[in-house]
Amino acid sequence: MTTDLKILKSNLHEAFGTKVVSLEERLGELTMVVKAADMIGVFTRLRDDADLRFEELIDLCGIDYSTYGSETCEDGRYLADQPHKGPRFATIYHLLSITHNIRLRVRVFAEDDAMPMMDSVIGVWPVANWYEREAFDLYGTIFKGHPDLRRILTDYGFVGNPFRKDFPLSGTVEMRYDADQRRVVYEPVSVEPREITPRTMREEQYGRN
Amino acid sequence: MAEIKNYTLNFGPQHPAAHGVLRLVLELDGEVVERADPHIGLLHRGTEKLAEHKTFLQAMPYMDRLDYVSPMCNEHAYVMAVEKLAGIEVPIRAQYIRVMYDEITRILNHLLWLGAVGIDLGAMTMFFYAFRDREDLVDAYEAVAGARLHAAYYRPGGVYRDLPEVMPQYRESKVHNAADVKRMNENRQGSLLDFIEDFTVRFPKHIDEFETLLTDNRIWKQRTVGIGVVTPERAMALGFTGPMLRGSGIAWDLRKKQPYEVYDKLDFDIPVGVEGDCYDRYLVRVEEMRQSLRIIRQCIDWLRKNSGPVMADDLKYAPPKREAMKQNMEELIHHFKFFTEGMHVPAGEVYSAVEHPKGEFGIYLASDGANKPYRMKIRAPGFTHLSSLDEMTRGHMIADVVAIIGTQDIVFGEVDR
Repeated sequence: MTTDLKILKSNLHEAFGTKVVSLEERLGELTMVVKAADMIGVFTRLRDDADLRFEELIDLCGIDYSTYGSETCEDGRYLADQPHKGPRFATIYHLLSITHNIRLRVRVFAEDDAMPMMDSVIGVWPVANWYEREAFDLYGTIFKGHPDLRRILTDYGFVGNPFRKDFPLSGTVEMRYDADQRRVVYEPVSVEPREITPRTMREEQYGRN
Repeated sequence: MAEIKNYTLNFGPQHPAAHGVLRLVLELDGEVVERADPHIGLLHRGTEKLAEHKTFLQAMPYMDRLDYVSPMCNEHAYVMAVEKLAGIEVPIRAQYIRVMYDEITRILNHLLWLGAVGIDLGAMTMFFYAFRDREDLVDAYEAVAGARLHAAYYRPGGVYRDLPEVMPQYRESKVHNAADVKRMNENRQGSLLDFIEDFTVRFPKHIDEFETLLTDNRIWKQRTVGIGVVTPERAMALGFTGPMLRGSGIAWDLRKKQPYEVYDKLDFDIPVGVEGDCYDRYLVRVEEMRQSLRIIRQCIDWLRKNSGPVMADDLKYAPPKREAMKQNMEELIHHFKFFTEGMHVPAGEVYSAVEHPKGEFGIYLASDGANKPYRMKIRAPGFTHLSSLDEMTRGHMIADVVAIIGTQDIVFGEVDR
């Protein structure tokens, strides 16, 4: 696998040259970062190039880096200890080549934190359809060119993007059946936020003498 | 003749053939499906978000609740992700135990699938047969983990405890007299391994029985042959994995191609379909049960001959020994810290996948060095497979939708997460 990764690494550099923002190998996995502007070209080539041939998009997920390395938690929300450097949102693509039996992770950062937006890869891998709907639902990332960008996992009429770090764990509304009105009503959440185990960071060799 | 317009049918979420809480909006032309729009998320619990607020150890039992038909395989993907990120070496005996339980889980999953899809397509008997055999396997779960379903048996670094030397036995009660109890305890006289081995001897005949009921059954074939055909190219584009991909004729199995644990030391075959229809997916799954039995037998042989630890000895990631904890202050403090603050996993990101009975089940884990995951993404095979339902059912009759959902092996715990 390590030799395969070396070959893949050089193949990627050769194929994409300056389009590769970073290419890093860790724990036997290769992670490539590309710019949102280049992504469709890169992904199409990743799928079609005979040396790469990543036929399957295994997974696509959003991520919110705003509280990376922070310990603060208030009202069930994670907050950043210090302002986050760099873009807040990214989308992570896990690719699998069945021909070459190798995996690759690609990360694309959304340039605008207020309105994260990137191209849809549905034209490259049709499987991206629901994955992008999920990332849109949970993180609010907008995928340009997606034919049917609706919420998928959350309730009909849900407000907010629940997997953003500043969204409280208990949510904002709760639902119950009201016997007087004879219908289901939504009310502000009454659950007290509590954190049983605080989030803590430790130095690297903590606990090792 | 009167003109018939397209009409929309709401299938589920409380429909017995919907395999849980699937709400399917079908646009029909007569009985032919023009468009299928699955509405999912009715069982969404936000497992990934919850995991961000739990320590690495506390997040583990949530895995059982994803695909609740094959709990231990879900746990396996998660503990492997933590182990990879933290660099934990798993003892070889624990690896064999995990592989054995993964395969028991595979049979559990395929049995429930076979029973449920049988009922969907009108083969009522399958359900009873399948559940009769599942009973022994959930007993094997119970003997080792204490729970019949949500086992929480795997741990980062190994498994919670070694296999028991005695198999729990039935006792007399109001509903079981002495003769009953004696008969029920016949195969429970030895250890857990004896009990599982007894199952592997009995079960091949039972699979033959299932096959006599279904494989050449005219109705079964009419309902499945040529239904929901997916070409190999399309299967890859749609992100299929596991039996769905193999049913379409691609010999892809992570246990062979990217072996984890001890799968590279075991001898087994990968069944592959030809046509890519519902019938082939059925055949692939039935053959997988036979192959799982082969793997289980090899694991039993190895586990009988070899003993050893079942948990990593790196005390940063493993709890201290119970005895030491009762006698030693340091160990007691360590125990307290380990189970309250939890383990700190080095910063980084990792993706680990297992060949789950339904396909590739993967965990993407990002850690920033804290005692809780920074982001965990569950790659559920059912989610991907269900997303192709629209394409697979288009142009089929409404009754075929049931066959297609059935052979996709959908469980909503993992689709909705």
